[in-house]
Amino acid sequence: MSAPLITLRDMSILLGANRVLQDVNLSITPGEIVTVVGPNGSGKSTLLRALIGALPPATGSVTRAPGLRIGYVPQKLAIDSALPMTVRRFLSLPRRIGDPEAVQALHRAGVPDLGQRQMVDLSGGQFQRVLLARALLERPQLLLLDEATQGLDQPGSAAFYRQIEEVRRDLGCAVVMVSHDLHVVMAASDRVLCVNGHICCQGTPDIVASAPEYRALFGTGTGGALALYRHQHSHSHDHDHSHPHDHKGAA
Amino acid sequence: MLDDFLIRAALAGLGVALAAAPLGCFVVWRRMAYFGEATAHAAILGVALALALGLPILPAVLVTALLMAGAVSALSGRGYAMDTVLGVLAHSALAIGLVAVALLADVRLDLMAFLFGDILAVNKADLAVIWGGALAVLGLMTWRWSALLTATLNPDLARASGIDPRREELAMTLALAAVVAVAIKVVGVLLIAALLVIPAAAARPLSRTPEAMVIGAALIGMGAVLGGLWAALLLDTPTGPSIVCTAALLFAATTLAGALRGRI
Repeated sequence: MSAPLITLRDMSILLGANRVLQDVNLSITPGEIVTVVGPNGSGKSTLLRALIGALPPATGSVTRAPGLRIGYVPQKLAIDSALPMTVRRFLSLPRRIGDPEAVQALHRAGVPDLGQRQMVDLSGGQFQRVLLARALLERPQLLLLDEATQGLDQPGSAAFYRQIEEVRRDLGCAVVMVSHDLHVVMAASDRVLCVNGHICCQGTPDIVASAPEYRALFGTGTGGALALYRHQHSHSHDHDHSHPHDHKGAA
Repeated sequence: MLDDFLIRAALAGLGVALAAAPLGCFVVWRRMAYFGEATAHAAILGVALALALGLPILPAVLVTALLMAGAVSALSGRGYAMDTVLGVLAHSALAIGLVAVALLADVRLDLMAFLFGDILAVNKADLAVIWGGALAVLGLMTWRWSALLTATLNPDLARASGIDPRREELAMTLALAAVVAVAIKVVGVLLIAALLVIPAAAARPLSRTPEAMVIGAALIGMGAVLGGLWAALLLDTPTGPSIVCTAALLFAATTLAGALRGRI
């Protein structure tokens, strides 16, 4: 059992005068996939930005493993049209990479021919794949995805989720993703966090789906069904480590 | 060679154009055109204060430009849009500066020289200051380039890579203040922002990468300096405005070229 990558202890975040997140206790273990769900304005993106270190906690603490490498795929990346940027150049930010590495990264992301295209000319799906390719270049130990499938159609999202699973398998990194569709959660998630200003409930997808707190939040409309993105698994999930579902973490 | 006032003027202009190129690009990318303006206008206040207190002009200008930058970041995000904050501060600074200059009745000050520059009066000491400042700015920009570019693209993306976006912004603000301080002699406070923004904007249609745009902005800026000097001599027009006019012509030309290539 390895030490957690990030541990949040009684963390609260203020945005202006608003307490957006309160008393969050969470630790992310190497290799686990965590999906964060919650209504609009519930603090999902805030939680992710706190993990990156973009938002200082008002109270409590954020502890990162020393030298932690984070890959981040933001919800939106508006590139000003005044800024010329080829896909190839974008991959070299902030660390310059060699051509073979860039070709390999684009190939792995499924967009091998886009290197010389301008970032602003990409479609939504291509853009997300390039963002992911760049995030993976640092060989992250923790990959953070903020509504990464926003603007993708169903097959596009399915392909994207499949790719995340492959990435986890190949790199062994932990993945924390905010789901843009409240009811669609990757079947491969080890843990689902239900957030609404605090962590309401968490556990495996099945446990969260039947939790009263989850039903209270999302009960209307779909009858609280938590749909899982299931697809054909050619591999089995034989982890060689356990996942703590105790939110106090394993520190 | 440096004894010829025209050579000195050309060298001064080239130095400023070179330093303004990377900064101008960031100003354009970050939509901060009026930030350059505000910093420049604060400079006239710096000139007034320097004369009143008998201080050297360059450090006084640097300090007021930095104070302006501090005021802008303190006031932004407090219920005013950025363009409102800059509009209030830029014009207030200019007005206060002009009033302060007028109040210093005992100081004989050629206000026009500060407002529009006096590139033909550049002496060897000015030249040393301009090139020293320009090289310092270029060094700072080269050093912080990758981090600053990442922070410009997206602050959170920078954070995730361990870059502090506020520190990078501070480096850029420092460089901007330095360019303003050394460019006063060349184009004057009213037209410094033009020398920052126009060459960068003119380079945009011809560029595919950020670095290409900076090189393009440097070449266009230097072309504007030399062309403007030549036109000013030929037509007997003020040099600062002539340089900016040349830059504007180059902007029109590259925009047209970009449109013809269907890349705009």
